[in-house]
Amino acid sequence: MSNSPELVDAPSFSDCFHCGLPVPDGAHYPIQFEQQTKQACCRGCQAVAQTIIDSGQGAYYTHRTVLPATPREAEAELAQLGLYDLPEIQESFVRVEAENIREAALILENIVCAACIWLNERHIAGLPGVLSVEINYATRRARVRWDNSRIQLSAILKAVSDIGYIAHPFDPGRSDDIYKRERNTAIKRLAIAGLGMMQVMMYALPSYTATDMTDDIRLLMRWASLILTIPVVLYSAWPFFIGAWRDLKRRTLGMDVPVALGVGTAFVASVYATFFGHGEVYYDSVTMFIFLLLTGRFLEMNARRRAGAAVEELVKLIPAATTRLPNWPARDEEQVPVARLVVGDHVLVRPGETLPADGVVIDGDSAVSEAMLTGESLPVSKTIHSKVVGGSLNQASPLVVRVEKLGADTRLASIVRLLDRAQSEKPRIGQLADRAAAWFVGLLLLITVLVGVIWYVVDPSKVLWIVVSILVVTCPCALGLATPAALTTATGRLTRLGLLTTRGHALETLARATDLVFDKTGTLTLGRLSVRRVITLNGRSEEEVSALAAALEAGSEHPIAKALRQDRAEGERLAAYPSRVLREAAASTLTASQIRNTPGRGVEGTIGEQVYRLGAPRFAAPDHTPPEVADGASWVALAEGSELIAWFALADTPRADAPAALAALKAQGLRLHLLSGDAEGAVKTTAQQLGITDWHAGALPEDKLAYVKALQQQGRIVAMVGDGINDAPVLAGAQVSIAMGEGADVAQAAADMVMLGSRLATLADGVALARKTQHIIRQNLGWALGYNLIAIPAAAFGHVTPWLAGIGMSVSSLLVVLNALRLSDYKPSPIAAVPAPPTPLTAPR
Amino acid sequence: MDILILLIPLSLAIVGVIAWIMLWATKSGQFDDLEGPAHSVIMDDDTPHPPRDTPQDKPTPLP
Repeated sequence: MSNSPELVDAPSFSDCFHCGLPVPDGAHYPIQFEQQTKQACCRGCQAVAQTIIDSGQGAYYTHRTVLPATPREAEAELAQLGLYDLPEIQESFVRVEAENIREAALILENIVCAACIWLNERHIAGLPGVLSVEINYATRRARVRWDNSRIQLSAILKAVSDIGYIAHPFDPGRSDDIYKRERNTAIKRLAIAGLGMMQVMMYALPSYTATDMTDDIRLLMRWASLILTIPVVLYSAWPFFIGAWRDLKRRTLGMDVPVALGVGTAFVASVYATFFGHGEVYYDSVTMFIFLLLTGRFLEMNARRRAGAAVEELVKLIPAATTRLPNWPARDEEQVPVARLVVGDHVLVRPGETLPADGVVIDGDSAVSEAMLTGESLPVSKTIHSKVVGGSLNQASPLVVRVEKLGADTRLASIVRLLDRAQSEKPRIGQLADRAAAWFVGLLLLITVLVGVIWYVVDPSKVLWIVVSILVVTCPCALGLATPAALTTATGRLTRLGLLTTRGHALETLARATDLVFDKTGTLTLGRLSVRRVITLNGRSEEEVSALAAALEAGSEHPIAKALRQDRAEGERLAAYPSRVLREAAASTLTASQIRNTPGRGVEGTIGEQVYRLGAPRFAAPDHTPPEVADGASWVALAEGSELIAWFALADTPRADAPAALAALKAQGLRLHLLSGDAEGAVKTTAQQLGITDWHAGALPEDKLAYVKALQQQGRIVAMVGDGINDAPVLAGAQVSIAMGEGADVAQAAADMVMLGSRLATLADGVALARKTQHIIRQNLGWALGYNLIAIPAAAFGHVTPWLAGIGMSVSSLLVVLNALRLSDYKPSPIAAVPAPPTPLTAPR
Repeated sequence: MDILILLIPLSLAIVGVIAWIMLWATKSGQFDDLEGPAHSVIMDDDTPHPPRDTPQDKPTPLP
């Protein structure tokens, strides 16, 4: 689960020697290790540890780097004992929302198809006290919200087990175990079915081709086939029967019902024929389509796991163990499981390690990669007081971090929670498909009976296999799978690109959007100043004055100083207008001495023999008036002695990738708008630079809302981009809202989608992928409908043999999943952070 | 054709043995990782082996 490269210190005395969990009071499970007595927390750990030591592997305890994820012995019984209701136990996986409202992440076992999800959702939602339940098909993760005063978690878990599934509190390690177990069972079933099929075929072929076969040999072969088919039907096909039985008990019709009916009918008829010696046997068909169906399901299971991988990967980002500095500022270290950290702890994160929680850097200076969380590929530099996010990777040097948020409160947990919600919410088209699938099975059974009756009149000898073919060939599961498979894949891919989907409908709406409204100038600009223009006086060159300014501001962190300095890293990474001149100036050898800073006014210093003043006009050039008021820019003057030598115009900078990203959005046919509360000058400049023609400055929230409503009345579909925190009503007014979540609290962003990084190009990716997703959903639904419309009549007229039907059904649902998986290969648009050419405001020299 | 009376039960027995082998293989983890072993074969083993003729260092006391 974890890969902490550090050695785990031998746990302190009160912790279990084997698993590191605290030893409960009164527990006495001694272990002899290197002439010392250690304590274990339970009999299980004691036995394991003693075995390890007795077999001479005791060095494991001195060399191990990670504590084992050994579940306590008692955990297996927790559910029965109702211990899951205890707050201490719930702490790790339950989020407390309000006084009595709780939300838990559970993982469900034995989910085989979309129908199981539906069944569980219905069943759990029907319990009194359960407020909502959402289950993700791809990951089998359930999110349950309940009112603790009306129902207990143990009752919910019990309700799930009542219908034949098992629910556990979610933890990534366990999710892997369950997957492995299910996969092994699937392989065993597949192997039995495959062997049975091959051998039965061996017996069947001679009976089709041989002309001189005696009756006793024929009978022997039938009996041999029967013996081989029994385990195939009773073991390999067992899940279909269980599923069908479950459906019938719940008075619903799932996809297992027709399959089980088909298999059962053909098998019983064959057994009858074998015993009484008249009629046909269908052992070859039965074993073959069981094998094919299982193959289809097996491949689908793997594909489904890939589709849901995004969430799993995020969850696994948090390491299991971390280094705590219990007596900070003393540097003594101890290894603890992340689950035992508390807010306020200090942890040491070495390079190459993953941050265990959200927090603030207390000591150290490093670069941290947040790529998994934001899609931002460049590492972000972190120093004292920087906020760091759990799950990001420390790359350069050790950091000491004070933990501020843990577990379910972290940004990563919010991202996972929102993504889960989005993936389990079905958009309109998906709900429609679900309803259709349920009706479809009913209709199918009716058709089967009708066709059976007709064929009984026409040709009784064919009735059985035609009925079986119809039952097997139809594929309601392709209908049910079409939407969730595509959505899960697309949202997972988008999250990795840095656009988090929090609502199920978001992708669908974004795909149809016609207008994109930017709610703030800040969504398009860096919020950082840069030099827009330099006016030199008295024959000075631009290079010279820039170098002078850079030298004067060398030591300052003021935004204006940074803009004037434009040191190389800053210039390359942040500025859309990195003036070549200024960058060279920064590297020049000029140094200023006797620098005196007057806050709010400017800076004074000596370079060479001369005294220079740089700053506000009234400070550096009290006798001059600045040139004409440039749009949104402010002026800084540079004076040599009392002689004014240059003016610098500073203004906010559009984001580096804004022009390219907006051009891409326009190319996608979107109309762009900019609504801003800022003054006209700044907004106009930004809009003109970026080629936005519809812009409005000085807009109040009411104005913005009215503007969006007006657009909507023209039948436009509006996507709105804002910062998601203080513009919630406006965002809510748009059909789909996108929040710039950079640095903001993801959980509070009341938006349908959240941009996790600062790449504006993500928007273009989002629109492109959303459209592609719609396209694929339509393809899938079209395929599922078309397939059934062709397959059913073909089977009804006797053109489909049962084994062909088995192939058809498996292929049809597999195709749907594979088609959806194409979305995970989506390549982001190659919009790099290419600086736009500086637009000259006016350029008198 | 009489030989079939022997061969058919024999084939059943063989299938049974193969099935048992398959189940054993699954249980013992032969299918747990279908991709890793393919790569591990071509991975260079760069860990230096101690020369055969020099005696192994005594295990240092563990810290």
